[in-house]
Amino acid sequence: MTRAATPAPQATPGHGLSRRALLGLAGAGAAGLGLGIVGDRVVLAQGASGSPGAASAAGYPFYGAHQAGIVTPAQDRLHFAAFDVAADLTRADLIELLQDWTAAAAAMTAGRDVGAYGAVDGPYDAPPEDTGEAQGLPPAGLTITFGFGPGLFSTTNGADRFGLAARRPAELTALPHFPGDMLEAGRSDGDLCIQACADDPQVAVHAIRNLSRIAFGRAALRWSQLGFGRTSSTSTSQATARNLFGFKDGTANIKAEEPAAVADQVWVGAGDGPAWLVGGSYLVARRIRMTIETWDRTLLREQETVIGRTKGAGAPLSGGTEFTEPDFAVVGRGDTPLIDAAAHVRLAHPAQNAGARLLRRGYNFVDGNDELGRLNAGLFFISFQRSPEQFTRVQLNLAKNDALNEYIRHVGSALFAVPPGCGSGSFVGAALFA
Amino acid sequence: MRARITLAALAATTLLALTGCVANSPDAAAGTVTVNSSADACAVSTDTATAGATSFSVTNSGTQVTEFYLLASDRLRIMGEVENVGPGITRTLVVQLPAGDYFTACKPGMVGDGVGTAAFTVSPDAAAGADATGDADLTAQVDTANRNYASYVRDQIAQLVAGTDAFAAAYRAGDDDTARSLYASTRAHWERVETVAESFGDLDPKLDLREADLEEGQDWTGWHAIEKDLWRATAESGFTAYTAAERDRLAGLLVSDTATLNDNVQNLSFTLAQQTNGAIGLLDEVASGKVTGEEEFWSHTDLWDFQANVDGAAVLYAGVRDLLIGPDPQLADTLDAEFAALQELLDAQRVGDGFTLYTDLEPAEIRALADQVNALAEPLNRLTATLVL
Repeated sequence: MTRAATPAPQATPGHGLSRRALLGLAGAGAAGLGLGIVGDRVVLAQGASGSPGAASAAGYPFYGAHQAGIVTPAQDRLHFAAFDVAADLTRADLIELLQDWTAAAAAMTAGRDVGAYGAVDGPYDAPPEDTGEAQGLPPAGLTITFGFGPGLFSTTNGADRFGLAARRPAELTALPHFPGDMLEAGRSDGDLCIQACADDPQVAVHAIRNLSRIAFGRAALRWSQLGFGRTSSTSTSQATARNLFGFKDGTANIKAEEPAAVADQVWVGAGDGPAWLVGGSYLVARRIRMTIETWDRTLLREQETVIGRTKGAGAPLSGGTEFTEPDFAVVGRGDTPLIDAAAHVRLAHPAQNAGARLLRRGYNFVDGNDELGRLNAGLFFISFQRSPEQFTRVQLNLAKNDALNEYIRHVGSALFAVPPGCGSGSFVGAALFA
Repeated sequence: MRARITLAALAATTLLALTGCVANSPDAAAGTVTVNSSADACAVSTDTATAGATSFSVTNSGTQVTEFYLLASDRLRIMGEVENVGPGITRTLVVQLPAGDYFTACKPGMVGDGVGTAAFTVSPDAAAGADATGDADLTAQVDTANRNYASYVRDQIAQLVAGTDAFAAAYRAGDDDTARSLYASTRAHWERVETVAESFGDLDPKLDLREADLEEGQDWTGWHAIEKDLWRATAESGFTAYTAAERDRLAGLLVSDTATLNDNVQNLSFTLAQQTNGAIGLLDEVASGKVTGEEEFWSHTDLWDFQANVDGAAVLYAGVRDLLIGPDPQLADTLDAEFAALQELLDAQRVGDGFTLYTDLEPAEIRALADQVNALAEPLNRLTATLVL
C-alpha cells in the first residue's frame, strides 16, 4: 500500500491557466505565465445585445450584481444538476463548498481549467485537478448559476442543520401538487442546484462534472438533466427556437431588453423577503415529458388549435405575425374564438394570469427511449421569477385547463432560491451566512 | 381522463361532397394555387388546374377573419373550404379535384355571399384513371354512418347507466366482492365511447378523474375514487377505507352524474370528421393511459379499458369503412390487418370473462401491445384526411 509521495505543491497560483493560453503559450516555455491571465478572451457584458453566436468564443463574467445565466441570452445547451448535501455536513463545510464552487465556476466561465494546475500541469503522480475534456475549447458562453433548495434551510423533519431556518424565505417551500402531476422523487427537489449553460455541450458537461467532483463528500448528485436545444429566447437578438412539438416556444418571453419587466418580474426586490436574496430570483425546474408519438399523429388542425399559433410562422391564430399580440376576442364561424378557450397561448398569457410573467429558459431533451419504445423526450422547463407564486398561478391555470395536457406529463419538479451575484473575492450566497 | 378538444374543435368541420376527398398521397408539388383574400377581392393566382391534388395557399391580407371556398359548378356544393383564417395568416387547403368547372370565392368577415367569385377550371389528367364516383349515394352512406354511431353511443351509455346502478348498489351495501366484479365490465361501456363521454367538460372530471389529476383541495369523486377504496390493499400505507356515509355519497354522485351523461347524449349527432377523429382519440387514450397502466392504478384492470377503447375505435372504423373503399382501398386493407393483429394480442390475454391484470403482464407483452397500438394508430390517423377535408 505504498504510494509515491505527492510532491509538495509549488507556489500556488491564484487561478488556473487559461486553456487557450496554456495550449498556445505554455509549450513555448514562457516562464511565470498564466497566473490570473484570462488569455485573449473577449468577455461580453452580461445581457449584451450582440448576436448570441458571438458569445461562443467568448465568455460571460461570473462575478456581478446578478448571477449570469438568467437574463443572459439563452445558450444552446444545458447541463442541470441538483444535489443533496451530506448528512454530516456542517455550516462551515457548506460555506467552504460554496467558496470552492465559486472559484471553480469563475475559472471555468472564463475558459480556464479548475484548480491551481488545471488538467495537465499538475504533479505527475497526482490525479489532475481538472478533468480535462474542455481543453482547447473556448468558454462557449458558459454560465454557471447556483440555487438553494428548501431542504438547505430545514429538512423535511424540521432539522435546522446549518442555522439557516430563520433565514428561509417564506415562499421557498415545496410547490403545490398540480392536477396531472406524476412526479418522480428521483427527478425532483434537491438541497442545491447548478444550472450550466453553454453553446458547446462538452463545456456545459465539463462544468457540472468538475463541480460534482469538487462536492464529493459534501454534496452528491440527486438528479441531473441534459438539454440540447434552447426552447426560449431571452433576448430580442435571438430567433425564437422550437420545442419538440415543432412549435416556436417562448415568443412572449421576458427579454433582457425589457429592464422594467425584468426588475418587476424576475429579480427579488428589497422588502420581498430576506435581504440576502435581494437581487436574486427563484428558479422553477419541471421535467415535462411529451408523448410525442401521439402528438405526431395529431391533425395539424388540432395541433394549431391546442397551441393557439400557426405551426409555421408562429403567428397567433387571431392573425398577424409571430410577435403580434394575440387577440383573444376575435371569433370565427359560429362565434367560436379563433384562439380556442383551452389553447396553450391563451391560458399561459399574462392577461389570463393577473399579469404574471415568467422568464423561461427551458431546453429540449431526449433521454433515449422508454420500455414501450417511445422516445423519452420532452421539455426541461426552467423559469426564473421574482416569486414562486407567479409560476404557481400560471401552472395552476395550465394544469386545469390547457389542451396541451393531453400530450404532456410533468414528471419532475424543483424550486430553488437563486442568490444574487457575488463580487470577486466573495462567494455565491455569502450574504445568507453573514 | 385528460382534457380533449378534438370534438369541440372539429365540430365546425363539415362533411364535404365526397368527390372532394383528399387522396391518400397527394402530390403536394403538383400544383399550388395562391389565393389572396383582401377586404374586397379574392385574387387567385391561376384559374386552371389539372385533375388531381391541388393545393390552395390562402393568405388573408385583409383586416377581418376570412374564409375561402371552392364551389361546384352549381355554386352551391362546397368542394373544399378553409375557415377562420385570421388577418395575416396563411392556411393551405389540399383538395382532390376531378376534371370539371368550379368557382372560387372568399368571404371576408364570414358574412354575406362572399367576394370575388370566379370560375376555376380543372382539366382532365391524361395519365389518370377513373374519375370520381357519384356522390348522392355517398352522402346517404355518410348520413347512415352518422346516425348509426349516434345510436351506438346512446346504447353504450344506456348500458353504462344500468351497470352503474348495480355497481353503486353493491358498493353502497358494502358488498365489495360484487362491486369489484362489476367495476371493469361496467366501465367498458364508458371506455367504448370515451371520446364522446369526456367531451362534456364538467361531467368528465366528476366521473373519471384520476388521483394524480386532482387539484389541491379538489373533491375527488367518480370511478377512480371508488376504485381506490375497493382495492385499498394496493393503496399507499396509511390509506383508510371510506366511511359508510362517504360510500353513500360517492355512489349517489356516480349514479346521478351518469344519469346526466345519459340525458346529454340523447340528442347528439355526429359529423364524419367527429367519427374519424373519435377513432383516433380512442387509440390515443390507449397509447397514453392504458398501455402504460396508469388508468387503473389500483385495480390494474387496464386491459379491460384497452379492449373497450379498441372496440369503440373498431365500431367507428367499421361505420366508415365502406366510404374508405372507394378513395383508398389500400388503407382499408391496412387498417383491417392492424385491427386484427391488435385484437389477436388482446385475445391472448383473456382470462375467463376478463383479462390479465396489468401488473401480471410481462414487459415483452406490454411492449408488443404498445408497438401494435402504434402500428394501428399511424394509418388510422390518415382517415380524416382521406374521408373528410
